[in-house]
Amino acid sequence: MRIAKLGLIVLVLLSFSVSFANAQGTGEGLTIGFSQIGSESAWRTSFTEAVLAEAKERGINLLFSDAQQSQENQIAAIRAWLAQGDVDAIILAPVIATGWDDVLKEAADAGVPVVIVDRNVDSDPSLFVTRVSSDFVHEGRLAAAWLVQATSGDCKIVELYGTVGSAAAEDRHKGFMEVIALFSKMQVIHSETGNFVRTEGKAVMQSILSSEDPANICAVFAHNDDMAIGAVEAIKEAGLTPGKDILIVSVDAIPDVFDAMDAGTINATVELSPFMGGPAFDAVAAHLNGEKLPAWIPVAGKLYTSRAAYDADH
Amino acid sequence: MRSRYIPLLMTFVVFVALYLIAYSRFSSFGSMRVVGNLLRDNAYWGIAAIGMTFVIISGGIDLSVGSVIAFTGVFCALMIGRNGWDPLATFAVILTIGTLFGATMGFFIHYFKIPAFIVTLSGLFLARGMAYVLSTDSIRIDHPFYKQISDLVYVFPDRGRFTFAAGMFLLILIVGIFLAHFTRFGRNVYALGGNSDAALLLGVPVGRTTILVYALSSFLTVLAGIVLSLSKQSGDSTIAVGLELDVIAAVVIGGTLLTGGVGYVIGTFIAVMTLGTIQTYLTLDGSLTPWWIKIVIGILLFSFVALQKLLSSRKRVQSAKEQLATAPLPS
Repeated sequence: MRIAKLGLIVLVLLSFSVSFANAQGTGEGLTIGFSQIGSESAWRTSFTEAVLAEAKERGINLLFSDAQQSQENQIAAIRAWLAQGDVDAIILAPVIATGWDDVLKEAADAGVPVVIVDRNVDSDPSLFVTRVSSDFVHEGRLAAAWLVQATSGDCKIVELYGTVGSAAAEDRHKGFMEVIALFSKMQVIHSETGNFVRTEGKAVMQSILSSEDPANICAVFAHNDDMAIGAVEAIKEAGLTPGKDILIVSVDAIPDVFDAMDAGTINATVELSPFMGGPAFDAVAAHLNGEKLPAWIPVAGKLYTSRAAYDADH
Repeated sequence: MRSRYIPLLMTFVVFVALYLIAYSRFSSFGSMRVVGNLLRDNAYWGIAAIGMTFVIISGGIDLSVGSVIAFTGVFCALMIGRNGWDPLATFAVILTIGTLFGATMGFFIHYFKIPAFIVTLSGLFLARGMAYVLSTDSIRIDHPFYKQISDLVYVFPDRGRFTFAAGMFLLILIVGIFLAHFTRFGRNVYALGGNSDAALLLGVPVGRTTILVYALSSFLTVLAGIVLSLSKQSGDSTIAVGLELDVIAAVVIGGTLLTGGVGYVIGTFIAVMTLGTIQTYLTLDGSLTPWWIKIVIGILLFSFVALQKLLSSRKRVQSAKEQLATAPLPS
């Protein structure tokens, strides 16, 4: 009898501690399914690792599923979790925008909240809690702000555009232009696409350097690090010193870019933050607490000009 | 037991064993929720695998499967989602295009004596290229017919869902079994795969059967694409890359001999369910990387090919012994 009583007290205390933890919004004790696109790039792998590490730190039981680039695998994974019925929430990094209506409805019917991370879905916003993703516009603004400061607001810029039509490219361009429009001597003199690819970034830069007097070019803004690294090669081959004769700023903060910074060939990069797990778990916890969330939770990356500064933050 | 049933039996044993292992760890495997999911999530490539079974039994191969599914999806999305075509009319058009596409591949394979591998590889590139030419966007389909199909679902008491895709899969399974074992076409396909020269001598219309086999495979693949289009309500040219390899693996794991002549539609179905079971298990486990499924497919595939090799060499030895025994002694 006494043991039973004691057991009851322990149970009550335990349930208190769990609900208390949830009230704190860490998501401790929750079981969350995380459907990731795959592991196609270094960035995505670090994104996955960041989410797994964050879950571990918070004491979240994270079920991880790598979809190997296939939406069918993502849908099957979500359905498996719903069928087993032991997940409190699902975090979905969708491979593509369309085709999620049915499975999101099934999750809603089962009372399991879904948080979208990274890329967007075109389903009705009522079908998911919120979306956590990078703020591409902010990244463009930050790159521009650094360039304004580094050149005292006087610079003729070559823009290496990402894939035309992609949200990352369009929004980085938008943010960048917003800021440089404030300074009369800041000017984009060439803007061409390198499709986010290193070799294409190099080819585009080569053709620009052959048509334009290099003395006219003060800086390169590349929509990602890979194109910036390609541009570095092109500038070197043209007999100029990248990072000095021509300043280079880009976005992503992939490991290679810090090698370039050590060598002084790339000046600055804005991190495409892989740390979306924290905000996503916060969103899940807040939602389960009955809080109302905004439709979009932007994750802003920081700008880094050296490996040391980056390492200090990670 | 006849040795040609042994691979099929193995397929079944492997499936039951894996399912029981999964069930012992995750109780949901005992529910209609998981059974319903296995049927509907694997319906599209399962339907394509049933088509592939006929191709492989006939001694051929069809590498165009993934691309044809992608082309079908994009075509449907473009015509219905953007151009406002009637869905049923669109399906009729794309099924006709697909069947002609398959028949053309069969025609080249038979009359030009080009290996099926090469012809269908060309088909793979052609169909994928056409899909990208039609559209590189992912296109949404908002059509009342699609909504109706998506609402067409039987919900079990435990919230398991039996959907249109699942029904289609089972229907094609039954039709496939009927075609393979109860029609002249089916007998011709087996004869062709067993030995095409002998088949010719026995009066099997080799050319017509070859063309029909590839036409059937492409028809079912387009149907698979339609099923996928209906369940995703969108189309996109990047899907199902490399799917033909999973499909071929399922057919072989299902007990069909890669060299042709022996195989079972039901075996393919069980193999598809087996791979679906492994995928679900890995998802629920949540800590194993899903690449394990590739490793398991590799092991299963190798085991089945090795088993078949063993059985066929034993059979050869046996028949050689029999021949020796019955051969007249040299005088």
